[in-house]
Order: sequence, then structure tokens, then C-alpha cells
Amino acid sequence: MNALRETFKDLARYPSAVTGLLIIGALIAIAIYTLIAIPYSEGIRLWRGGEDLWIENPRNARPAWEDFFFRTRLSKTIIVSTQRGAAKTVRDLPGGMRVVEISLPFNYPYDGFPSEINLFLEAQFKEQRPYVSFTWVMPDGRRIALGERSVRANERYSISLDRQLAQRLGRRPPEIALFAAPDATVDNATPIKGRYQLQIEGLFFEPHSDIEAKLVVYGQVYGLAGTDHRRRDLMVALLWGTPVALAFGFLAAVGSTLTTLLIAAVGVWFGRWIDAVIQRITEVNAILPLLPILIMIGLFYSRSLWVMLGAIILLSIFSLGIKTYRSILLQVKETPYIEAARSYGTGNFRIIFRYMIPRIIPVLIPQFVTLIPSFVFLEAGLAVLGLGDPVLPTWGKVVNDAYANGALYKGYYYWVLAPSAFLMLTGAGFALVGFALDRVFNPRLRTL
Amino acid sequence: MSTAPLLRVEDLRLYFRTTQGVVRAVDGVSFELGYNQAVVVLGESGCGKSSLARALLRLLPRNVQAYDGRVIIGGIDIMSLDDERFRREARWTKISFVPQAAMNALNPVVRVGDQVAEPLVIHRGMEKEAAWERAREMLQRVGLPADFLRRYPFELSGGMRQRTALAMALVAHPQLVILDEPTSALDVLTQANIMNVLKEIRGELNTSFILITHDVATSSELANQVAVMYAGQIVELGDAARFFREPLHPYSQKLMASVPRLRDDKKLEFIPGEPPNLMSLLRGCRFAPRCPLRFGRCSEPPPLIHQEDGRRVGCWLYDGEKKWSNGVVEY
Repeated sequence: MNALRETFKDLARYPSAVTGLLIIGALIAIAIYTLIAIPYSEGIRLWRGGEDLWIENPRNARPAWEDFFFRTRLSKTIIVSTQRGAAKTVRDLPGGMRVVEISLPFNYPYDGFPSEINLFLEAQFKEQRPYVSFTWVMPDGRRIALGERSVRANERYSISLDRQLAQRLGRRPPEIALFAAPDATVDNATPIKGRYQLQIEGLFFEPHSDIEAKLVVYGQVYGLAGTDHRRRDLMVALLWGTPVALAFGFLAAVGSTLTTLLIAAVGVWFGRWIDAVIQRITEVNAILPLLPILIMIGLFYSRSLWVMLGAIILLSIFSLGIKTYRSILLQVKETPYIEAARSYGTGNFRIIFRYMIPRIIPVLIPQFVTLIPSFVFLEAGLAVLGLGDPVLPTWGKVVNDAYANGALYKGYYYWVLAPSAFLMLTGAGFALVGFALDRVFNPRLRTL
Repeated sequence: MSTAPLLRVEDLRLYFRTTQGVVRAVDGVSFELGYNQAVVVLGESGCGKSSLARALLRLLPRNVQAYDGRVIIGGIDIMSLDDERFRREARWTKISFVPQAAMNALNPVVRVGDQVAEPLVIHRGMEKEAAWERAREMLQRVGLPADFLRRYPFELSGGMRQRTALAMALVAHPQLVILDEPTSALDVLTQANIMNVLKEIRGELNTSFILITHDVATSSELANQVAVMYAGQIVELGDAARFFREPLHPYSQKLMASVPRLRDDKKLEFIPGEPPNLMSLLRGCRFAPRCPLRFGRCSEPPPLIHQEDGRRVGCWLYDGEKKWSNGVVEY
């Protein structure tokens, strides 16, 4: 415990180490927050749930903080529905027919147009479909008839995709024309601010039938991270990427360094054929290329993160670190205190664990800390190559999605930038601490 | 002596294999050591003193060519034990060891308390508290404050570390402690201090010591027997007081003549020639090439010849009637 405190005290002298520790601390905090706020099953459900789950989100929306950098206010998503208190009146007509009038009003204060408009209808009837007409009321008093149709039990009317409507609106996309002055062209249109209303009048042919309506005016921005092509909140992936990346990097680093160290120590201590076998395996393993093997595993066997982790650990057990450790341990083995330990009857494994391995720790810890991000990068690299885990959201997976959807050509910079920033922060945080630890544990480096 | 001695070594041999040939580091050594005795093993560098210690403790390097003989301690031939039983039953329970350069013999990452208690934990399976209690007693006995238990070896001076190594050697109450050059790297005050501690302990704990050194002056404090080694063999063995007064073997005489004395204006002597190459030994007496008194019989290997006063000497000069005095041999 004391040694730990001393190490921290030494580390605190390096501003870079303090920065690194803060970054790592923040990442760990994010990871813990994520695990509590979005439990694993919930995270998977959100990420893999399909478009229905995210239907109220805009597609490819930019992050909301973008407003800061411009004078204009970009539009946010507006949802009005009868279930959330919009006015609905029902009149029964003779002969079992009924008329339902719904008014969906909303305020539009933004400087940008919506990205999309959808109307969701949920009708209750037995056999005869109700007949519904829609009217768009603008702040300047204009009334635009959107159309009429008979609706099914679950009807989705994509107003912004209605071609006939666009035709009638002067070949302008409805999401622009319905918010702009009548003579504005697509290029110079600005939205009219004020109170809009969508009026719905439904004619029902059966008693006890009813209808619920929900209007979603999708914004241009969403949340802190924006959304992707499947309307998913990128924040889910960014958040969930943190514990996944940290766990992956940490486990891979632990798995490879500890086993490597142990094997090196066993080889050095027992020597003879055991050492020879370990050295030959290491040399053969050294020329096996890691990435191509992982790619083949991903292509032909499994892309599961844990299979990859296992493969990485297996391939790094006999890594060249064994040679480094061996060179140090060969010296340690000949020191008087090891011979003394032997003289007082210390068993082989007690010597290995209590006398030899502790001497390596100063070399190991900085290496270990700098090794963590390299495994995080490896995982991200695999994901970017399309070999990411098919279930878990990871940073690399987000970059891969962005790449596959041409994010940078389309200007969705945030889609690539945010996960890259997380990856870079992780790398920088661990590297800063690792380099400082190296100096704490190997004082000879301090003059360099 | 009617009762069996604590230690009996019979014809112990330890040969090493090197690229140049076989090194006969310990070549047929036999001696006995009683309870509560201290024998000092004297000899120049490379005569096989440390190898003798290693052979007794079975601390062998990889290149052993031959390792045999009998080492009977407390009635058990420990040479017949396999490695694991030797580790459990001989090391530290019967024989403990203060290695050469004992200052570096402490694990740098373990506290002094854990270090001293280690043999108890390993061999007796003692709990940490009990072992620490014993370690504290032992530290005080070798003259270190009890609060040193919590320190790391690098926080100790050379003498303190030496005493820690000593405390460790004694903590499990072995009957025999081998000290390999225990004071070689220390200043004279610390040397004297440690020798005093050893003397006290020998009295209190009924422990026997094998003290390996080339420091004749310091060893005379502790020893009541002397064994002189030359070229892997014991050439003289006997009572310490008599030895220091009148060494018998020509090599012993030369060795003693090289020790400086206070207020004694004698010229320090050295032995001409080189210590023998342990790879190509002569058939006869191994000291013969450097011996000023060699004569015809020296081409045969001399046995250890019993003398009237109980001493034994490996020199033909002391065979039968022939007596030697003042450097003149009478035939």
C-alpha cells in the first residue's frame, strides 16, 4: 500500500502523468456510469433493436452542440401526439358513423428546416377502414391540404416522402415547403417561425372505433453525439464502447504480460529442455503475423469480441517479451539472494513467484500500462476492417459504420470524430501515464 | 568420543565439468564435528572451501561431474535423500547457511521481518504473527533493534544485513550453521561485533559452526578446531589452540607466517608459486611443487596421519618416527 502511495507521489511530479491519470479516471468513470445507467442487455437492445426502437430519432442528425458555433438555431425534433395531450373531439353521426377531429399544434422556433416529417396513426376498427384527411396550417394562416386516405390499423404517413405533395408544393421537398414562404426556392428558403398545426379529420364507419395520431417533425440535431444512418443515438455506442475497450485492453494486457512473465520465469528457473522449448516456441511465434491470423479467425470462425480476445492472448503468450524478461531473469537467477533462498530450502515456485518475478515488476508495469491502448487500437482496427463484434457496440464499430456509409463524403464528421477522439484519448491517457511510470521505475531514464 | 558426532563427512567429492576439463573442487574430504563445536576451514582462494560448503548444502551448479561421499548429520546420511526430501529435511532444519556476500543474500523486495521468518514459514508452516515473533527475538539476539523488522534490506548497512542473514540462519534452530566468509566485506569493528555475537550464540543455542574463511585472525576468535584445505583436500585437522600455536603442515606454517601481527617486527611471508590448477593435479602431495621441504616420498599421496596430540596432518614428514623441526628434516 505504501509503495503504491509512493508511486503516486512520484507520478504527481510529472504534469503529463497527472493529465494521463485524469483521462484514465474520466474513462473509468464513464465506463462505470455506462454499466449502471445502460445495463448490458439494455445496451444490446438499444444497439441491435432495429429502426422501430429509434423511430422518433432523426436520421444522421448532427450533435446538438453544433449550435454553439453558429448564430442559427438548428432544428430539434418535435413530437406532438394525442396520447400526450393533443386535442381530439369525437362526434357520433347517425347510422353508427363517427367523426374524429384531431389537432396537432406545435411551435417552431428554429432557423433550420426539419430533416423529415412523419405521421403515425393508430386506428381501432373492426372491418371497415376509416377515411382520414390531413390539413397543414401555417403560422401565416395558409392551409395546405396534404391529402386523404383510408388508413390501416397501423399507418405511417411519411409526409416528407410524399411525391405528389412535393409536386403540388412546387417541386419542393415537403419538409421545406411546409415551413417556408410560398414563393421561396429550396436554396434561399428560411423557415417561418411560429405556431403550426396539423389538423386531422377522420370519418369512421363503425361505432366504438377510434384513432390516435402522432406527428414527428425530425430535427437536424440530436443529443450530444448525433445519430447514425439507422437513427440510433451514437451516444449509446460511444458510452458502451468505453467499458468494452477498457475491459478488452486490460484483459488482453493482463493475459499476455502475466503469462509471458510467468513462462519466462519458469523457463529461466528450470532451464535445460524447458527453457529450450520455450525459446523455440517464442521464436516460431515471433514470425507468425498477428493481424492476418485474427482476420482469418474473424472471416472463417467467429467475430465475437471474446473469441478475438482469447486469440490475441494465446498469440501473445509466447511473445518476444519473453526474451526481454529472460535476459533480466537470467541475471536475477545468479544473484546471491536467490542462492541464499535455495540454501534455506525455498521451493521452486516460491522462488519464481516471490524472488524472481517481483524483480521484473518495475519493468513490467510501464510496459503493461502502454500495452493496454495498443490492444484497444487492435480491437478498433479489427472493427474498422469489418471484423468487429457483431453484437457489442464499440468505437471501432462506429467508425466502421461511418466508413461504410460514406460519412466523410457526406459531411457527417462527428460520426468519425467522436469515436476517434475516444480512441485517441485512451491512447494518450495510458501512454502519458506509462511513460511517466517508466521514469519513476527506471530512474536512469530521467536524464534523457 | 563414545557418542556419535553431530556431523561426519566421509570422502566427499564434488567435481565440476568445464570446457577445459574436470575441476576437482572437493576431492575426498573427511572430517567430524561434535555438538557445540566450531571448526574453521582455512585456505587460500580457490582451494575448495566454498565448494565444500556447497557440497554439504547440495547447492550445486549445472555442471556437476561427480558428487558423492557420505554426509551423516544427526545419524542420517543426507546424501541419500532425494532433492525434495533434502530440501525439506536437511536445508535449514539441520544445516543452515550464511552465504558469501551475505549482504546481498536478502531478497530486496521483502521486508526484513518476512525475510528472517521465511525459513519458519517454509519449513514449519508457521503463521505470520508467530514467525514474526520468532524473527523479532532472533534479531534482538544478533543485536538489531526489533523495529528493523519493518525495514527493507536496502535501508540497512552492510553489517546490519550481515546480522540479518545470521539471524535468518539461526531462526529455525539448526544444529549446524555454515558461514561462508561471513565477515569478509566488513570493517574490523563490525567483524569483531559479529564474531562476538557468534560466540554468544554458540554458548546459548548449542549450535555448531563451520566457518569458512581465509581470515586467520578473525577465525581464531571463534574456532576450537581448524581444518586447513589445499587443492580440494584437507591437509591438516585439529585443535585450534594447538594449531595457532604450532601449525604442523608446511602449508599451514606458510599460511600462518603470512598473517600480520601487532608489535611483532616480523617479515610477512608468502608462498612462492601458484595454487595448483585443480584440473591437472599431481599424483603425489599436491603442495609438493611449492613446498620448501619436499623430499622423495612426496610423489606419493599422503594420508591424514594421526599425531600424538590428536591432530591429523596430510604430510609424510609426520609419518612414524620422523620429526621435523626448524626447517631441517631428519631422516
